[in-house]
Amino acid sequence: MSTTSTPPAPHAANPRHRPSLSQRRSRPGEVLFKLALQFCLLVAFAFLVALIAFAVIKGWNRLDPRLWQEMPTGAASRVARAGVQSAITGTLWVIGLTAAICLPIGIASAIYLEEYADNTRWYNRLLELNIQNLAGVPSIVFGILGLGLIARVIGLGFTVITAAIVLSLLVLPVVIIASREALRAVPRSIRQASYALGATRWQTTWRQVLPAAVPGMSTGAILALSRALGEAAPLILLGAVTFIRFNPDSLLSSYTTLPIQIYNLIKEPQAEFQELAAAAIVLLLVILLVLNSAAILIRNKFQKRW
Amino acid sequence: MAVITPGAPVPAASVRRGRRRPGERIIEGFLVLAAVVSIATTIGIVVSLLFPTVEFFGEVSIVEFITSSQWTPLFSIKQYGVLPLLVGTLWVTLIATVIAVPLGIGAAIYLSEYARPGTRRLLKPILEVLAGIPTVVYGFFALTFLNPILIDLWPSGDKPEFQNLLVAGIAMGIMIVPTVASLAEDAMSAVPHSLREGAYALASTKMQVATRVVVPGALSGIVAAIVLGVSRALGETMIVTIAAGLKTAGIPWSPIDGAATMTSYIAGAAQGDLPVDSLDYLTIFAVGTTLFLFTFALNALSIRLVRKFREVYE
Repeated sequence: MSTTSTPPAPHAANPRHRPSLSQRRSRPGEVLFKLALQFCLLVAFAFLVALIAFAVIKGWNRLDPRLWQEMPTGAASRVARAGVQSAITGTLWVIGLTAAICLPIGIASAIYLEEYADNTRWYNRLLELNIQNLAGVPSIVFGILGLGLIARVIGLGFTVITAAIVLSLLVLPVVIIASREALRAVPRSIRQASYALGATRWQTTWRQVLPAAVPGMSTGAILALSRALGEAAPLILLGAVTFIRFNPDSLLSSYTTLPIQIYNLIKEPQAEFQELAAAAIVLLLVILLVLNSAAILIRNKFQKRW
Repeated sequence: MAVITPGAPVPAASVRRGRRRPGERIIEGFLVLAAVVSIATTIGIVVSLLFPTVEFFGEVSIVEFITSSQWTPLFSIKQYGVLPLLVGTLWVTLIATVIAVPLGIGAAIYLSEYARPGTRRLLKPILEVLAGIPTVVYGFFALTFLNPILIDLWPSGDKPEFQNLLVAGIAMGIMIVPTVASLAEDAMSAVPHSLREGAYALASTKMQVATRVVVPGALSGIVAAIVLGVSRALGETMIVTIAAGLKTAGIPWSPIDGAATMTSYIAGAAQGDLPVDSLDYLTIFAVGTTLFLFTFALNALSIRLVRKFREVYE
């Protein structure tokens, strides 16, 4: 490593967090560097604060029960009496279904890869590589998959179930990767003790490994679902971009979701729509913040240190 | 959770001979089936892109697609050159990278080398929250908050348009800071402490250790972080759709113009009710394939680089 270019300093080595023993030389370069690094974080946090504050201030007048009691509208004359109820129920339907589809599949895949698969086999390595690659595919491409294959060829159309399937496939890599990490954190000795008592592989997995991995897995699951919750791009291709004035009542209903409804409102030129959009953003951020805090809380509280 | 009860849980008898347990085999079968879903997804993506794209290039020549400088499929004189969309995408990605790389790597150095454990526990979740904000929200913020400020501060000459590539790039840059910072910090944490201690023993200062030991040592991981960030920027849809607009025509030479990118063209075209199997409908898939190829190449590069730094130190 390139450590040779240091000037030969007469005083002793300078351990971290501590001034050198002989004298406290102030180095302006060092201080400036640290300030520059702190500035980087500060910019990001300032942006976050400004973003939240702006949404709250702009949406303040619309943050009332109208938001969830009234249906959306595209007509400027009725916007004062409009809300986003169908988007809230649509989001609940779509995300609920997404959870029901992607969590079992994702966790089962993770169990296969961590507990069963022989990592030296080419097909298992291919599987891993494939999951890593899928994690980087843009979300709108998943929308194209939904449009071309699920909605048209399979014929599920622009419905709640199509949206849930597409979002499930989109966040599946996140669920798998997080669940695998949680499984990997369970020490091998637990498995060996279980095998030594005559348990089979599945008994070991189901009764010992999975319970120990649940906190890590639920953190990953919450983060994956919160990503699905905020996703709009693939749903634009799946027919969610309309002012739908009814709540979905089956898997084959038309639907809209909160991020899509926000997008619809932003597109309208009048200020009233922008205010309603800001209010809906605050609602969406509150939901996401609650979910994120829950994930962090679970991680800090229940995670065992082995 | 996959609730599948084991078929015959009789552990006592298994000592003498490997008894066949059909339940165990069935469960393993289910697990394999679940793992196959992700392979099927990839195949599904390739199939859903490939066939319409082939159909598209049956009607439009590949040469026109790559070389023509006009993208006007929804106009009366139709031209199908992907360059305008590509240049729009490159502008936004470039601006986002210029913002996200210094901020992300600076934040990563601070978190990995300077922050005390307590500070880090506080700062990292905040970065995660920033990463978790939906991109429609970034788009809204860029369009209604950042852009008016940008137009006000613009020194002279042509002001930025109501929707423009620059403001979309700025918002997207901030959006990918957490991505770059978190992967770069992982790489820096993987640099062994002995290297740092060796440098301190040679009387290096903290800054020298950070810039001449940790950063070079984590270089492949840092590059992977940048590549992943670029790939995220390339594939981002909502920020550009909202803040840069859907205007397509010639190549956008200036970032203060509003113009469509590859992703926002797809999003825009899909909103209209295009008749299936019309050439306009097929453009969605041709542009989608182009986008997929770009991000696929970048992701493969990033995965390879991450593997490299894992191999060196772990």
